[in-house]
Amino acid sequence: MKDTPLSNCERDFLLKAIEEKKRLDGRQTYDYRSIKISFGSNHGCCFVDLGKTRVMAQVSCELVVPKENRPNEGIMFFNIELSPMASPAFEVGRQSDLLVKLNRQLERCLRNSKCIDTESLCVVSGEKVWQIRVDVHTLNHDGNLMDAASIAAITALCHFKRPDIGIQGDEVTVYGPEERDPIPLSIYHMPICVSFSFFQQGTYLLVDPCEREERVMDGLLMIAMNKHREICSVQSSGGIMLLKEQVLRCSKIASVKVSEITELIIKALENDKKARKEGGRCGFAESMPRERITALKVDETPMEMEEVTERANDIVQRAEAPPETVPSPVLPAPGMGQVGQVLKNNWGLEEDEEDEEEQEEEVTIEEDQHEREDTGRADVVVISDSEEEEVIILNPETSTKNAGPTSCHQGAAKTKKKMK
Amino acid sequence: MAGLELLSDQGYRLDGRKASELRKVQARMGVFAQADGSAYIEQGNTKVLAVVYGPHEMRASRGRTLYDRAVINCQYSMATFSTAERKRRPHGDRKSTEMSLHLKQTFEAAVMTQLYPRSQIDIYVKILQSDGGNYSACVNAATLAVIDAGIPMRDYVCACTVGFVDETPLADLSHVEEGGGSSLAMALLPRGGQIALLQMDARLHQDHLETLMEAAMTACKGVSKVLDEVVRQHLQVSVLTGE
Repeated sequence: MKDTPLSNCERDFLLKAIEEKKRLDGRQTYDYRSIKISFGSNHGCCFVDLGKTRVMAQVSCELVVPKENRPNEGIMFFNIELSPMASPAFEVGRQSDLLVKLNRQLERCLRNSKCIDTESLCVVSGEKVWQIRVDVHTLNHDGNLMDAASIAAITALCHFKRPDIGIQGDEVTVYGPEERDPIPLSIYHMPICVSFSFFQQGTYLLVDPCEREERVMDGLLMIAMNKHREICSVQSSGGIMLLKEQVLRCSKIASVKVSEITELIIKALENDKKARKEGGRCGFAESMPRERITALKVDETPMEMEEVTERANDIVQRAEAPPETVPSPVLPAPGMGQVGQVLKNNWGLEEDEEDEEEQEEEVTIEEDQHEREDTGRADVVVISDSEEEEVIILNPETSTKNAGPTSCHQGAAKTKKKMK
Repeated sequence: MAGLELLSDQGYRLDGRKASELRKVQARMGVFAQADGSAYIEQGNTKVLAVVYGPHEMRASRGRTLYDRAVINCQYSMATFSTAERKRRPHGDRKSTEMSLHLKQTFEAAVMTQLYPRSQIDIYVKILQSDGGNYSACVNAATLAVIDAGIPMRDYVCACTVGFVDETPLADLSHVEEGGGSSLAMALLPRGGQIALLQMDARLHQDHLETLMEAAMTACKGVSKVLDEVVRQHLQVSVLTGE
């Protein structure tokens, strides 16, 4: 299914907001969305939530024949799947550009940087080595799949434990988890990918773009680093022209972000280890938050509260002063009461002359309401367009000031006289 | 490859070059008569052929035409005899697709596509012998081919691969040197110093990034001088022979 195209006004809105350094979800330009890491029930399964982007990684291993030119090194295989579950734009079986890009970037980030000791995966040199396979599935696409996938992949690799092996002469025995404890992989460092998106030909830059921002961006710069401030991979994509200073600035930002994320991963791994040791329940089902429809729980959205008082005062000052009201009721003459007071009297323009049952106060109120409505329309004189009546306009200008009841009274009296 | 010294104590590399020396570049434009533009470049032992067709009407997938500019379509492929071991899949595998995407992205930034709306420019690149710096040689060859086709570009697109060994940046890596340390491939538009593509693999400490990028930019500017020389010579010859 084709992706719904982004409308022009949405695009303009996003770009304008970015120019003013505002993002849709209230983040700052260099802020990541909240990252949650949870593990499945078996070793090597990991779920990563980056805001609403959800990604799952699973590591598995197999004994295979090694490559001919590297007989004593294990094999690492990475695979990212874009499933239609993540976004309606992804189709099964179609190798799109995005898929190739993500796969290659993950391979470069993890394989070329030699984060795993492949020589320790060798069992019998030239004959049997472990092939470690990392499969990453995208479950929900809300922007920045690359970062989520890299975090998931490296966390899953850290979490994974391979079966123990015994070698006697020519025989190789693979022990199951009940016989001997599985062994974790030896990982040198944890490379994590950080994505920077560029807008307006490189003038504005954002970290961790969400899906809407990704649609309007000009290009992307992905920097993979580890916490020792070593850059594992740099890749610019999209047709943007970069300057050297921009790349250096991005690398500095990336080093800060990577150290934060690495701490988060280590903490998550420790928590999981503790939970498993204590025999607690762990797994996908446990990690889903209990979302009860009946519970009243609203997320706090951050709002900008800086200039609210000034702006409010500004608006109040610029607004028109409300019309003056005299405490009611007022008795201008004996036998006459007045509730409310207005400046202009439009009596005689709108009221029907046949209506003779006016009680004074009722009429006053009605008329006041009319007048308030009609102050804007004082110039247009629209009388009822019935041809039978003879409509006579009583002179409205003579009774403009404080005219409430007196004019009404006069008007009523006059019309009564005329009708007779 | 533990015994191989990529940079000797006297500052010489495996093939006798100094650290910042580029390999010998020999190029020729207008190699094929059929194509709109073509070029052949030899950078050391890496030999690359590039062919450009266009701008022409979009033939396949008319729905992809852009109303305001041209679409650039690149295909990168390696000849099966180009590497030491015979290559099984010359094109269609992930690495080739990725290289094609990178080439496309590089040239979309450099070619003035606004002048040819609703049309397509095809760039085909084939590696005849691969000895390191594949991507860079492809970009250089494609630049010459695009110039030969007469398609206007903002500037020359020059690319070079640099590596980092023993705290020294090495310019224009060969295949052996690429396997050693880290390698950075950069495509540059020399006049404005704008980077069209930046790609780096393998570990490099953040502090060395600036030195490496500087070295890459210098190397690219060197390449641009050579390419400029080639273009001028080709034009002189064609003016003289009246082609």
